[in-house]
Amino acid sequence: MTFTQRHLLGIEPLHPSEITTLLDLADDYVRLNRGKRHGDALAGRSQINMFFENSTRTQASFELAGQRLGADVMNMAMQASSIKKGETLIDTALTLNAMHPDLLVVRHPHSGAVDLLAQKVNCAVLNAGDGRHEHPTQALLDALTIRRAKGRLHRLNIAICGDIAHSRVARSNILLLGKMENRVRLVGPPTLLPAGIADFGVEVHDDMREGLRDVDVVMMLRLQKERMDGGFIPSEREYYHRYGLDAEKLSHAKPDAIVMHPGPMNRGVEIDGEIADDINRSVIQEQVEMGVAVRMAAMDLLVRNRTATTTTEGIMA
Amino acid sequence: MTDLLLTHARLIDPEADSDAPGWLHIRDGVIAASGNGAAPQGIEQVLDCRGKCLAPGIVDIGVKVCEPGERHKESYASAGRAAAAGGVTTMITRPDTTQAIDSPESLEFVARRAQADASVHVRHMAALTKGRQGREMAEIGFLLDAGAVAFSDCDAVTRNTKVLSRALTYARSLDALVMLHPQEPVLSDGAVATSGKFASLRGLPAVSAMAERMGLDRDIALIEMTGVRAHFDQITTARALPALQRAKRNGLDVTAGISIHHLTLNEMDVADYRTFFKVKPPLRAEDDRQAMIEALRDGLIDVICSMHTPQDEESKRLPFEEAAAGAVALETLLPAALRLYHAEALTLPQLFRALSLAPARRLGLAAGRLAAGAPADLVLFDAHAPFVLDRFKLHSKSKNTPFDGARMQGRVLATFVAGARVYGEP
Repeated sequence: MTFTQRHLLGIEPLHPSEITTLLDLADDYVRLNRGKRHGDALAGRSQINMFFENSTRTQASFELAGQRLGADVMNMAMQASSIKKGETLIDTALTLNAMHPDLLVVRHPHSGAVDLLAQKVNCAVLNAGDGRHEHPTQALLDALTIRRAKGRLHRLNIAICGDIAHSRVARSNILLLGKMENRVRLVGPPTLLPAGIADFGVEVHDDMREGLRDVDVVMMLRLQKERMDGGFIPSEREYYHRYGLDAEKLSHAKPDAIVMHPGPMNRGVEIDGEIADDINRSVIQEQVEMGVAVRMAAMDLLVRNRTATTTTEGIMA
Repeated sequence: MTDLLLTHARLIDPEADSDAPGWLHIRDGVIAASGNGAAPQGIEQVLDCRGKCLAPGIVDIGVKVCEPGERHKESYASAGRAAAAGGVTTMITRPDTTQAIDSPESLEFVARRAQADASVHVRHMAALTKGRQGREMAEIGFLLDAGAVAFSDCDAVTRNTKVLSRALTYARSLDALVMLHPQEPVLSDGAVATSGKFASLRGLPAVSAMAERMGLDRDIALIEMTGVRAHFDQITTARALPALQRAKRNGLDVTAGISIHHLTLNEMDVADYRTFFKVKPPLRAEDDRQAMIEALRDGLIDVICSMHTPQDEESKRLPFEEAAAGAVALETLLPAALRLYHAEALTLPQLFRALSLAPARRLGLAAGRLAAGAPADLVLFDAHAPFVLDRFKLHSKSKNTPFDGARMQGRVLATFVAGARVYGEP
């Protein structure tokens, strides 16, 4: 086995061969899911989903992934719980740790919070998005979608478009696609591009037509509502005019280019509704399907690693 | 009274810019004489320094002692012990305690606490505006009478330029020294890192290094307008240096400092969100650090300080954005500064010019020198002794040092305050 991680905190620590191992296993799980069958890799295991930030899709996907493999899944809505009573993140982690879960799935509004938590518990931790830092399972499901659509995950031209600065999805994707030796272009208004972008090993475009020229994959990002007015862009309609994906802009990409979006979409802001629904171009529904399979694979591999190494370390290791 | 002869010392004299073997005679708490030739005879108490370095004790501008309000983080007793162990003979305390030191009554309280508990000299700064809120000026006159050596709102940068200009005008009329924190407050709001590749990869809210220059530009204009005497607590970016140089050339009465952390660490040290490396302003790029060392050598930056900021474990064991900023540094200031000496970036007299002489001069204190008549505030140290820092062995109540586990070189052997030994074996 070439997957040696104890946690899935980000794409950054992963080796390309680990990414391939995970995607190969996820392919198997796609077949399992399509056959309406269940696995038992996580039977008798307990999985706790801790979401400190609202989420419907990611949480549901993790929940379903756990259930398909036989895990006992518990969801904790952290917004409404002890955090409001002043408990620190570490105390919450220690409390949960005392319940001996096997898997902890965490989303948190602050970058690095999931890393911090992982240092304090002795189960496997999966990062379901931390601040603007990373969202590794999203990048992995995007990678699986691309690999299945294009037949490979290397030497592709891929454009990531929109609000890069505030996007953990973009960061994880830049890292993953870079590791797998693709050419990544970032497209967006300069106010939504992070500082130091020139050092990322990517091409940067503020003209979308130029940025999409001859790409194999177009990844659109969601523009958060609170960023639409005045602060970062002048208006929704100007953004759509310059950076919204429509048929005309897409015509600059390769004729067989696929269109992706991590959801939830703002139709008419970053993407035209017809493009999103075009079954010949859009793989947005496949992304959702791959999400469950990738999360099954990730949790399966992490639990296998835990079983392989006898866990004798203390809580505060 | 004391009558002590220190022989076979390596005398580090920043005033004379010399580093030479010699002896030093202490009598009645002051330096009676020093020299390079034969030591005077007939003095009863003699200490053989065995060739170790003897330098004027450190004058540290900007130490936070957490009294009143958070004595569990640092008290005058614990800070005093840490200072003595670090060769700091004068602490200049900051007024940014939980309850700001902004009235003569609160200043008298901390002065009394320092007098009772600290074994080194302590002088106090007071807030420039009430509650450090940037709305109404503090009672600068009364506070001067009560012993304030300088006025500062520390990292609470006054957003209202009108308020600041009046406070500076008033301070000027009393010839008071103000300490300013150069930072554009709106741009840097919420930032915990310096913008660039590192902060972007880590997904941390960041501010451009340019915000320091913007703050500096505004403050220099106000200094020119009001004629106030001013000291910038920390200049940390290369982009700010030309403005500082112009201000000095134009004859404004300005000096500038830098914290030891910005001289010895860079933004990459934060690594995987290590909150002990969260300081204010945030750590900078390596290019900036190099530029700061050069500015220090040229004398453009005058002062090195510890920016000692105690934080308990609870304030640091949080996600990076939420964690408190600041690091303890009284005890690590000298060994960390010696890294610059060992790297051959600065000579020992240059280091002690910035650690002792320049800060003392800026505050009008007689310390910081080895000349006859100067107070016998001295540090005896072995510049080469290697050790690995264990944060739990620090004297500070708070253990938030970024140097935990770091290999360091240079140990304090003894610290003298007014001729009396406050640290080290007798």
